[in-house]
Amino acid sequence: MNDFTINELKEKAKELRKTALTMIHEARSGHPGGAFSAAELISVLYFKELRIDPQNPKWEDRDRFVLSKGHVCPILYSALIHRGYLPYETIHRLRKEGSPFQGHPDMKKCPGLDISSGSLGQGLSVAVGMALGGKRDKKDYRVFALVGDGECQEGQIWEAAETAAKYKLDNLVVFVDDNGLQCDGPCSEIMPNRDIAAKFREFGFNTFTIDGHKVEEIVAVLDMIRGRKDGIPTCVVMKTVKGKGVSYMENVAEWHGKAPNDAEFELAMAELEGGRQ
Amino acid sequence: MEKRKTRDAFGDEILELGKENPDIYVIDIDIGKSCKTTEFKKQLPDQYVNVGIAEQNGCGVAAGLATTGKIPFVATYAVFGSMRMAEQIRQMVCYPHLNVKIACSHGGLTPADDGATHQGVEDMGVMRSLPGMTVIMPADYYATRKLVRAAAKYEGPVYLRFTRDDVPVIYSEDEEFEIGKAKKILEGKDISIIANGDTVAIAMEAAQSLAAEGISVKLFDMHTIKPIDKEAVMECINETGKIITVEDHSIFNGLGSAVSEIVAEAGRGVVRRIGINDKFGQSAPYHRLLEIYGITKENIINYAKELLK
Repeated sequence: MNDFTINELKEKAKELRKTALTMIHEARSGHPGGAFSAAELISVLYFKELRIDPQNPKWEDRDRFVLSKGHVCPILYSALIHRGYLPYETIHRLRKEGSPFQGHPDMKKCPGLDISSGSLGQGLSVAVGMALGGKRDKKDYRVFALVGDGECQEGQIWEAAETAAKYKLDNLVVFVDDNGLQCDGPCSEIMPNRDIAAKFREFGFNTFTIDGHKVEEIVAVLDMIRGRKDGIPTCVVMKTVKGKGVSYMENVAEWHGKAPNDAEFELAMAELEGGRQ
Repeated sequence: MEKRKTRDAFGDEILELGKENPDIYVIDIDIGKSCKTTEFKKQLPDQYVNVGIAEQNGCGVAAGLATTGKIPFVATYAVFGSMRMAEQIRQMVCYPHLNVKIACSHGGLTPADDGATHQGVEDMGVMRSLPGMTVIMPADYYATRKLVRAAAKYEGPVYLRFTRDDVPVIYSEDEEFEIGKAKKILEGKDISIIANGDTVAIAMEAAQSLAAEGISVKLFDMHTIKPIDKEAVMECINETGKIITVEDHSIFNGLGSAVSEIVAEAGRGVVRRIGINDKFGQSAPYHRLLEIYGITKENIINYAKELLK
């Protein structure tokens, strides 16, 4: 665990957004919207909470992170670059031939990834398997997973959730990036999610609902659950804004999977630098 | 002839493997009784997981366990193991090439009275399409034990297919098996038969009848259809030129297709495929289903005679 202050973690989130957008802009494709809604979480996890060693990515006792909503990987790739898993020049390699930064995460090509992902609904099951393996081996590492609110429409999420409760996986923390938008539009129109926290609660989780863009709140909830041994998995629903930090992207479903043109990129970088809140 | 179930062999071998190696896991999907994992559950509870009726999740949990060094065997029926969780196997097992084994009982038409919904006749074809997947169907009790052990030792995804019923024991207990290396059961010069699973015993009967009529049959048990033993197929092409494939599976994408691909690429030789021709199964006794779909000794003999005309 690192001793970054709240303000430093906020700065890191800004850096991650800029790095991710630079990658997406250069690749001319990618998913900025959901990457930006998850930026503060990735900052807190990779610069404070996760017990990881970039020099030893396969360290057996490391905490695991499963990016189930794999399409937002540029924000994770940015964290891997800034934590030194890969050289800074890798920023130019997103979605390029032979790149460690595939369009969706590939654990075989990129150090620091604990699983390949991208097909929605499947990551939580894998996280459950990792957490169960840790429990059975009496290891104290924890497993963190990030799923999207739209992704929670996949039935497999709930199969995984009930398995986590059955096997008392208090070493598992699921974050839901509740940004309210999915590819085709608002989740409330496409397929209403109802109350995601209430659903996880019914499936046997401790649940918390926080503002996913407030670093303080993410840190506070992680401080609260650290070391818990109550046999209950945790779910943190983060209320977020898709495209957070760039005026024209915020709450616009179209920016789910679109790269900015040069003018849009310049504007976005200026806004991100200015720390638009 | 002694008869035993290949699914029993899986149950016996996985128990033994589990006792030897604490990393061997069984993931059940609520049909452990049919898949013969009950003893494993009883004796090795710390290496056992049951996810309930949730195949897709079971596959994902197995993938997660594999990343922590476990060797999970997901036990279910062929129809569910290959198709309900096909995409999960592709994305979470084959793409990252994780050490997960999909161990399926009730392959082919063998869940006979259950009807078409439970008869996985496309499974090996589906699995054969996945990059890096090994696809195995053993022919008898001892072959199953050896190949389950070989699959546990092999690092990477494996699909194993067992069946419901008693099948003749054709191998001795100390017979050795290697993944991807076909077993030559009979040496012959007139025609070749390549079979797998329960149909190997049927092919042996056909070969015996043909021998009585002076037709010499080369017979291979192609227990691994991927990677297929190309050398064995080439031997059939070179020495007999005529090949009959026999499988309790669709004639599309399974053993017959795999053999035909090699023959086509060789540019010589002729193949006749015996199997299920683009149809669903139905409820009937297993021996009747084999007759209905033409997977019979008589059909093998007829094809052989036609090819030798």
